[in-house]
Amino acid sequence: MTTMTMNRPVVASGYRPLTKRVQLTTLGLSVVVAFGIFFILDLGGATHNFNIIGAVVVAAVLDIILIYVLSRISEGRRKATDRLMTGLVTTAFLVTLLPLISLIFTTVVNGLPRFDIDFFGSSMRNVVGAGGGGLHALIGTLEITGAATLISVPVGLLSAIYLVEYGRGRLAQAITFFVDVMTGIPSIVAGLFAFALFAIFFGPGIRFGIGGAVALSVLMIPVVVRSTEEMLKLVPNELREAAFALGVPKWLTIVKVVLPTAIAGIVTGVMLSISRIIGETAPLLIIVGMSTSMNYDLFSDRMATLPVFVYTEYANQGMDTQAYLDRAWTSALVLILIVMALNLVARLISHFLSPKGLR
Amino acid sequence: MSKRIEINDLNVYYSNFLAVEGVSLTIEPRTVTAFIGPSGCGKSTLLRTINRMHEVIPGARVEGEVLIDGQDLYGPGIDPVVVRRQVGMVFQRPNPFPTMSIRDNVIAGVKLNNRKMSKSDADNLVEQSLQGANLWNEVKDRLDKPGSGLSGGQQQRLCIARAIAVSPDVLLMDEPCSALDPISTLAIEDLIGELKNEFTIVIVTHNMQQASRVSDRTAFFNISGTGEPGKLIEFDDTTTIFENPHVQSTEDYISGRFG
Repeated sequence: MTTMTMNRPVVASGYRPLTKRVQLTTLGLSVVVAFGIFFILDLGGATHNFNIIGAVVVAAVLDIILIYVLSRISEGRRKATDRLMTGLVTTAFLVTLLPLISLIFTTVVNGLPRFDIDFFGSSMRNVVGAGGGGLHALIGTLEITGAATLISVPVGLLSAIYLVEYGRGRLAQAITFFVDVMTGIPSIVAGLFAFALFAIFFGPGIRFGIGGAVALSVLMIPVVVRSTEEMLKLVPNELREAAFALGVPKWLTIVKVVLPTAIAGIVTGVMLSISRIIGETAPLLIIVGMSTSMNYDLFSDRMATLPVFVYTEYANQGMDTQAYLDRAWTSALVLILIVMALNLVARLISHFLSPKGLR
Repeated sequence: MSKRIEINDLNVYYSNFLAVEGVSLTIEPRTVTAFIGPSGCGKSTLLRTINRMHEVIPGARVEGEVLIDGQDLYGPGIDPVVVRRQVGMVFQRPNPFPTMSIRDNVIAGVKLNNRKMSKSDADNLVEQSLQGANLWNEVKDRLDKPGSGLSGGQQQRLCIARAIAVSPDVLLMDEPCSALDPISTLAIEDLIGELKNEFTIVIVTHNMQQASRVSDRTAFFNISGTGEPGKLIEFDDTTTIFENPHVQSTEDYISGRFG
């Protein structure tokens, strides 16, 4: 037995690894064949015009099959399976990426024509047709989202601290359960909740920005609680015990040891929860309404917000249809840019705040 | 600086489970006492009752007395936070605070308690504590680097420096060398020998050679079976325990015939 193992060659005799050149040739061959097939189909009148998506899909499938067969012949079963799985995983990744790239491409192409100084310098007051801008909506979105964050972060953070550090028994279980339930609330219900709440105090038909902030908080708090909770649970218990053993009271341990250790993750979670709510349309449509004028005051009158602006521009196209559509696309682009910026900031913050030894 | 610990008829519980039963022993000041015994016999549990770290675990409680210089740690009106400032602890796994530099780790006991301290006092305390933990020469040039960048043995000595920086009366060590290599272990054992001049030290260890090397007195604990409470079997001078134990099970355990 031992001698057999000793004498067995490290590389099986028939093993010839697929070189990069073979792989590229296979890929090229698949593409040529697939595009050829679709070109002939097109010429023969079987399709209306050249089906590029079909050609790419066929080329991908062909390439995976070819590589598998070649590898099976020259490299053996284990390596062939590895190549097959690698091909499938890569394809899945590209399929995931496709809608995202398509979405960003479309938004940029359609949004750029009105991505100008005028858009960021004026509201829609007294504008019919071309011109005007989305400054009022941008300000509204920033104010309402900012207010929602101001409400949600303290509530969410403290709830998470309670759940992880203090909560025991029934009450903690109940809170966890309701937080989970709240994560699944449809956003329109949050809007109706805020509307019903403020209608009690200010009568029916109330519309103002802070109501929207409250509605968004209902959506944001569970996300903040959940992400913060997970981050606090990641802090090793040994650090808490180390602080206790030095005679540090519990609350100081939480403030000075637990929170600093988890702060990077907490901030990232908050940033992502902002990204989650900044594009909400339905609740704002109900409780904030829409306005064509600038309104800086969160506490009185309707306000414009970017998502609702996109919706109204698209829904009520005036005489100069293209002008309305352009403004809608540009607003969408601005919204995407804000979310991108928030994600970038979250990454930077988590890089600079994470414990230096672990970076 | 160092004080006498008296444990009188102590029972330790986790909720309804009796983990340690009827322990009575006296630990003299400026001595090293080793707790030895098989896993699960309650050595660490007993150790954690000496600075009230035991009750950090939900449902944990004790019956009986733990006296430090005659004062009952579990008496009415005793704040566990104050107890822990007098009885320091070093844990099994080195646990420096990852957000802090080496310097801040050493003075963590002061800084975390929001006590103000002048820079020169802080510098003195850092140097003194690191000298005390035999770490000064290795880290004096990189005090502002994170503590988690040190090797395991250095981290453990950093934790010892952190514990002695708050100048406790008693130092508890819960298997401080079990995660370390023999050389770091030797460094810590030497350190224990030096710290003995200032502190009362109680050390839990699974390594019987270590117990015989570092300790003056040794307590042997045992359990009669799973689910049974741990009991103090024998407590005597280390030489007596290892050379001439009075109880048969002690002899079985230290000679390796046990279990």
